[in-house]
Amino acid sequence: MDTVVSPPTTVKPAATARPEATARTMLTLREHIVEIISDSGEGAQRCGQSLGAIAARMGNGIWTTEIIPAEIRPPARSVAGASGNRIRIGAGPITNGGDETDLVVAFNEQVLLGRVRAKELKPGCIILLESMWRTHGDAQIAASYVEAHDKLVAAGYRVIEVAMEQECKALVADAKRGKNMFVLGILCQLYSLDLQIAREQIALTFGKKDESVIRTNVMLLGAGHAWAATNLDFGFRIPAERVTVPQLVINGNTALALGVMASGMEICAMYPITPATSASHYLSDVFEKVGGLVHQAEDEIAACAFAVGASYAGKCAVTITSGPGYSLKQEAIGLAVMGEIPLVVVNVQRGGPSTGQPTKAEQGDLMTAIFGSHGDAPKIVIAPSTIEDCFYSMITARRLAETFRMVVVVLTDGGLATSQQPFARPEFSESWLAPPIDQSPVPEGARPYDWDPITGLSPRFIPGQPGGMHTLTGLAHDRDSHVAYDAEINEESIRARSLKLAALQTTLKPPPIFGADEGDLLVIGWGSTKGAIEEAVQALRDEGRRVSSMHLQFLQPMQGGVGAAMRRFQSVMTVEANWSDRPEDALIDDDNRRYAAVATLLRARYLVDVDCWSEVRGQPIKPGTLRRVLAAKLDAITAPVGSPT
Amino acid sequence: MNRMTATECLLEMCEEHLELEDYQSGVPRWCTGCGDNAILAAVQRLCRDEGLRPEKTVFVSGIGCSSRFPHYMKTYGFHGIHGRALPVAEGVKMSRPDLDVFVNTGDGDCCSIGAAHWIHAIRYNMNLTVFLHDNQIYGLTKMQASPTSPIGTKSNTTPRGSMLEALNPLTVTLGVQNVSFVAQAVDWVPELLYDIVKAAYHHRGLSFVRIVQRCPEWMPKLHDPWLHDPNRVQVLHHARGLQVSAALGRVYRNQLEHDPLDLDAARRIASGNDAIPVGILYHDPEVPCYEDFKRSTLLRTPALIRSGLQAQFDKFTVWPKAAEVETAQQAA
Repeated sequence: MDTVVSPPTTVKPAATARPEATARTMLTLREHIVEIISDSGEGAQRCGQSLGAIAARMGNGIWTTEIIPAEIRPPARSVAGASGNRIRIGAGPITNGGDETDLVVAFNEQVLLGRVRAKELKPGCIILLESMWRTHGDAQIAASYVEAHDKLVAAGYRVIEVAMEQECKALVADAKRGKNMFVLGILCQLYSLDLQIAREQIALTFGKKDESVIRTNVMLLGAGHAWAATNLDFGFRIPAERVTVPQLVINGNTALALGVMASGMEICAMYPITPATSASHYLSDVFEKVGGLVHQAEDEIAACAFAVGASYAGKCAVTITSGPGYSLKQEAIGLAVMGEIPLVVVNVQRGGPSTGQPTKAEQGDLMTAIFGSHGDAPKIVIAPSTIEDCFYSMITARRLAETFRMVVVVLTDGGLATSQQPFARPEFSESWLAPPIDQSPVPEGARPYDWDPITGLSPRFIPGQPGGMHTLTGLAHDRDSHVAYDAEINEESIRARSLKLAALQTTLKPPPIFGADEGDLLVIGWGSTKGAIEEAVQALRDEGRRVSSMHLQFLQPMQGGVGAAMRRFQSVMTVEANWSDRPEDALIDDDNRRYAAVATLLRARYLVDVDCWSEVRGQPIKPGTLRRVLAAKLDAITAPVGSPT
Repeated sequence: MNRMTATECLLEMCEEHLELEDYQSGVPRWCTGCGDNAILAAVQRLCRDEGLRPEKTVFVSGIGCSSRFPHYMKTYGFHGIHGRALPVAEGVKMSRPDLDVFVNTGDGDCCSIGAAHWIHAIRYNMNLTVFLHDNQIYGLTKMQASPTSPIGTKSNTTPRGSMLEALNPLTVTLGVQNVSFVAQAVDWVPELLYDIVKAAYHHRGLSFVRIVQRCPEWMPKLHDPWLHDPNRVQVLHHARGLQVSAALGRVYRNQLEHDPLDLDAARRIASGNDAIPVGILYHDPEVPCYEDFKRSTLLRTPALIRSGLQAQFDKFTVWPKAAEVETAQQAA
């Protein structure tokens, strides 16, 4: 979606106060991307989240993305230290973070330079810049501010200097801490957001603190609002399509945690790791209110083993982690596979390998999720593609784990974890919950691994059930759970555990196709890229291009119908946020190109020449980037034979 | 079908008496003379004497000779992966406090690959009974030095003798915060082994019992000096600990009255390196159990989950307000 009207070209410097009566240019937009950045701990995050929530309450579609430095306290005023939030506000539903930023509020020029270098700002982007540095006592700081300011102006950005801290000083003692709410006021005025809703949002945000905190922040909000009305001669309006249902505005990790509560699981065992931990933070705060608990184990291995033990003895438990932690859990996951113990493992993927990029998003763990552990260890792997999905995936995962006595790996990523997107408030259903654990006597002659010859399924005995006593073992075992090194029994048990995946697969519907059922190009994605892929595909379809997309929710087993769908298109490619070799690299050819994960899987299963495009920039893939990539691919496909591509 | 009243059922349950055979499963495949057999006998006797319900009892183990233990019990068992018996057992106990949970772990399993879990299990102090089957050697993988192997032990990985001092499981355990029960037994004094296992079972909290255990296959002569000289076994007794029978007292004359509440004395005794102390080194029944404060006391009903979830949803819900706002703006 593009802006209907281009941003204003004339903006007076803020230093010149304007009489209130001046006529303002009001522009009506389809959408805008706003970001607020500061040094860590200056409140830009909170300002951005509040702005998103206010817009959502207005009925706008939003997608908020956190801008997180890798360190807790990076040096102040550093290029790599930008911390803040990016809000895409739209008239209709927004499914992803979008492209470059239209308007940015920066608390210092250095964090802003970082964003410019990362090419995150649109050419000509409006910049509201804290001007206190211009007169800073340290001549070096003042000089660097002036230099940066002048460069930005020369580069065509519309820089508006705002004396934020100075304005706040007149109102509060600690202006440094209050200016985020002053900025929120400016933004509410700029985007014609309702001040009363903003006040209510502040009351909600600071609800835990005392009344005076709320009062102070509401006062700052009002001051910012009034300042903008007086000093800025432009404003925007993003008319909201009316939302008629209550919506939740949460990020993916909060949605995961709420999903855990809603699934009827009782125990979450974890070890701190970025970016998964915030799910456990939230769960630690609220899980006990529904009778659950979060165990912070001594390490990732113990967290997984603890969850395995808890699952074995009762209801399915969950362990939540990110890449490196996921690696550490592999042996215990293998045990759960072997013992057929239900288990939910969430991997909030980050950049890898090794410590990699802890705060960044990537989809690099699919292969390890499917093929990880050792030996033949079939697991179910699902990937939520929206914030709403993060919630419902946990309910699905718990149910699948218990029905199939399997490990279910839920793959989200750092992008979903920290992004907010409103979705319809779920209506609780008792069917989400696990039934109470079975403590009835086991029928005489029943065996703990009575594998069904067709589905591989077998009923599970839970401690406490009279007559069901047996020793679960990680060793190869027979139907009685007796250790067995016998060749026949070993194959029979491996076959049974494998068949369960097929049994599940036969129950899955083919993934829906976005766009027409046939055409020149089918784009296949999975996980957090859904919104960006569909936005790019829609834009190209609007231009008349014959492109469609398909998004995989189940990666293992893969939903049926994928092969048939692929064959209805002239060409197929995946879009993923993991590494694939670039065909243009000198050494890369058909014999050695490493494809992106899902492309590799699809090629192997369907013998279709699936191409891929991927990037590992740590940022969510932008719809604009994809649009260019897909357009180029379409050009190549549809070019007449023999013509240069 | 013969119908019984609830009371009759209860009475029958109470009267049901289980014999040793009711806890025995299969023929142990440990070597002849292996100390594991003595531990199994003591534990099966404990189950019978305490009338433990087999379906409410779980033995969790890791990997190693000792960890075959659950296979020989006719209870629920969990023979998991190397070093991770303790976290698995913690999960079982946290999920099901109604179960009696025992852990069988070896010196490699507990003191080497699972050492982190050992330290933290002591600190969690969950209500588990842990038996460290310490034969001071890796047996199942065929004789490699373990952390508790005495310095100079010749093994397949230390052919010229191990060069590190042995790790002392008692002093390590006694050094961890929240420790609540530490005892030591030897496999060749079954009477004391049983008494110690029983005391460990009755302690509410994590009871850690190191059982010095013979390995006739790989370390056949290691304990001979102690076996041949009863005076090199120092029996700890106290009104709050073990009481030594007259018959046993006539053989084991090296006795020490030791108050199990005295942590400093326990550490001193544990640090000695000649006589093997046998008995309860430390016992503090007042240390809180992790599951007691961690587990919610709320009854988990669907209604509770519904209301808890609604309360959270309320925090994050944006109600459709645009309509009202527009009306207000128009009015203005």
